[in-house]
Amino acid sequence: MDFALTTEQQELKQAARAWLSEWYPLDRDFDAPQDDRWPELAELGWLGVSVSEQEGGVGLGFVEEALILEEMGYALYPGPYLATVGLALAALGPQERAEVAAGTTKWSAEIKGLVPWLGSVDRVVGMDGLAHDGGGQEIATVDPDRPAGRLEDGGGTQLDGSRDIPRARAAMAAEAVGIAQRALELAVAYASTREQFGKPIGVYQAISHRLADTYADVELARSLAYWAAWCVAEGDEQAPVAAAAAKAFAAEAAVTACERSIQVHGGTGFTWEHPLHRFYKRALWLHGTGSRPTELRAEIADAVIGAPVPA
Amino acid sequence: MNLRDTPEEAAFRAELRTWLDDNLPEERRGGRGGAQRFDDAFGREWSRKLYDGGYAGLTWPKEYGGAGAPYSFQAIFYEETTRAQAPSHVGVIGLGMAGPTIMTHGTEEQKQAHLSKILSAEEIWCQGFSEPDAGSDLAAARTRMERRGDVFVLNGQKVWSSFAHVADWCILIGQSDPDAPRYKGLSYMMVDMRSPGVEVRPLRQITGESEFNEIFFTDVEVPAENLLGEEGQGWQVAMTTLLHERGTLGFALTAALEVGVDRLIGLARDRANGDAVARDRVAQEWIELQALRYTNYRSLGTYQRTGIPGPEGSAIKLRWSEQNQRMTKLGRELLGEEGILDDGWWHHQQLRSRGNTIEAGTSEVLRNIVAERVLGLPKGR
Repeated sequence: MDFALTTEQQELKQAARAWLSEWYPLDRDFDAPQDDRWPELAELGWLGVSVSEQEGGVGLGFVEEALILEEMGYALYPGPYLATVGLALAALGPQERAEVAAGTTKWSAEIKGLVPWLGSVDRVVGMDGLAHDGGGQEIATVDPDRPAGRLEDGGGTQLDGSRDIPRARAAMAAEAVGIAQRALELAVAYASTREQFGKPIGVYQAISHRLADTYADVELARSLAYWAAWCVAEGDEQAPVAAAAAKAFAAEAAVTACERSIQVHGGTGFTWEHPLHRFYKRALWLHGTGSRPTELRAEIADAVIGAPVPA
Repeated sequence: MNLRDTPEEAAFRAELRTWLDDNLPEERRGGRGGAQRFDDAFGREWSRKLYDGGYAGLTWPKEYGGAGAPYSFQAIFYEETTRAQAPSHVGVIGLGMAGPTIMTHGTEEQKQAHLSKILSAEEIWCQGFSEPDAGSDLAAARTRMERRGDVFVLNGQKVWSSFAHVADWCILIGQSDPDAPRYKGLSYMMVDMRSPGVEVRPLRQITGESEFNEIFFTDVEVPAENLLGEEGQGWQVAMTTLLHERGTLGFALTAALEVGVDRLIGLARDRANGDAVARDRVAQEWIELQALRYTNYRSLGTYQRTGIPGPEGSAIKLRWSEQNQRMTKLGRELLGEEGILDDGWWHHQQLRSRGNTIEAGTSEVLRNIVAERVLGLPKGR
């Protein structure tokens, strides 16, 4: 057993960090339209990480995709990578997978009646398992980069794959870890430089101990997210519980990390100008999209305790 | 990244399972640990069996009685002994703290004299770090170590020394040069607990039992060759001990927690099956147990690659202690009206868990360590 990232995995993560920080720095104009740089993602091979080489992909697996998703959370990447690779890819057949890897088709998937990015993706995997057309009326969500819509067309076409709920949950957990990590880093940086009463506020244990707790949250969330990613990649029988655990814990950790970071930043953290609220909103989006933590824990209780016996 | 056993790991696991089936009597499974481990002769017998079977000191070098095995074998050992509900080796302080410190700082004579006896439970060790006025602030230790020729003469008092009442040896930090600046005047020694002038008084804990003790030293003569490291280097040596206390115990802690969470799940199944709130809380404990488990694995993976445990390991004891407190209290709650009865297990575990956030570095000290050394926040002191 060896649960550390391999050198290749570390290099991929670093490459994703570098590319994302170049094009999506924190001082960018978040309110202007943001280019998702989709053709570049295809060129980098990140749209086809788990797609086989015969289909034009890289032939790696879901662990590597999870590492990219973690970095996308860290950078607050705006495009529908989560939707295409995390939510839809497993349901697609060889032809559609090749199109994803080539960057020609963007996908999303219907989750509990809502389709994230409906207006900007080409096609959608419905809850019926069929392929529907993208486009259509969108509603704003808690995360301004992630509007959603409802499918209105009557029918769809058959797909070769099947929806993979653990994969979608593990993908959201990975993003949540990146968000929590960034919120923590922002808080540490601020607490190290902001001075009150003649000292950086980070020396006060009311601040530093909460950040130490956030650190523990982030690391525990990361461990669960990597465990879930590995189970999904390997088709391990624990994938359903691992992914449910990872999504429940990481989404809560991300929300809490952002809330603590906002608090540490004082009034600054409550301003529109500071990017923290955008991380917070993405964390809330992940928390509320698909199954929420209490629902996920109910699934885990069914798995480990057994289904409840009616009184 | 791979969570499956290598062929060597799988073979070791299979062997260990068979060995446990053959050697561990049914009635000795599922004990509660703590002071109970010294209640009868079985604790030492079991430890000796582990040693003879080659399972004590798995990662220690062969020349000192260990098995020279990779760290993953130690992790497998904890997993399998947990599954079998086996008691742990009685030499907790020796295996986790004294042994690794002797291995790092000891002379060849010191290593030969003690290491294999720690593994075989011939020598039980205790630790003399805390004092009445030096708890979290270890550098404030005042126990006097006065050099007189070939001996150091010890005078002072130690407190919270687990297992001192049964220990043969003590690792101890004290002041060998009271005029030196802070950190510089400390030395580290191995003290024979049967030396004249050593007096042990057990302290009764809130559980009613006595694991830890006060130790009084009155003109105790300790041979100078019992110094670990150089005179005046006590602080550096003590840091090694604490690194091991906080670094290598993650798997053991998680293993103990898993026993509790398994029992908790059983309670929920039997007594709170249809209670949605209870089910949610039990699921949360199960999730956090997995989170600790895989954090251990990540830390281990980094350790195997670089020789340094990953920084994420520093969060483990902090979170484990809080979870054990929460989990045992939930167990009491799920017992319903029987939660106030002394059932011999939950009652003891829940009270004992209050010590978890105090022993081996209080949670406050651990948060300081994470804040300053891992996150790099400015130092408060």
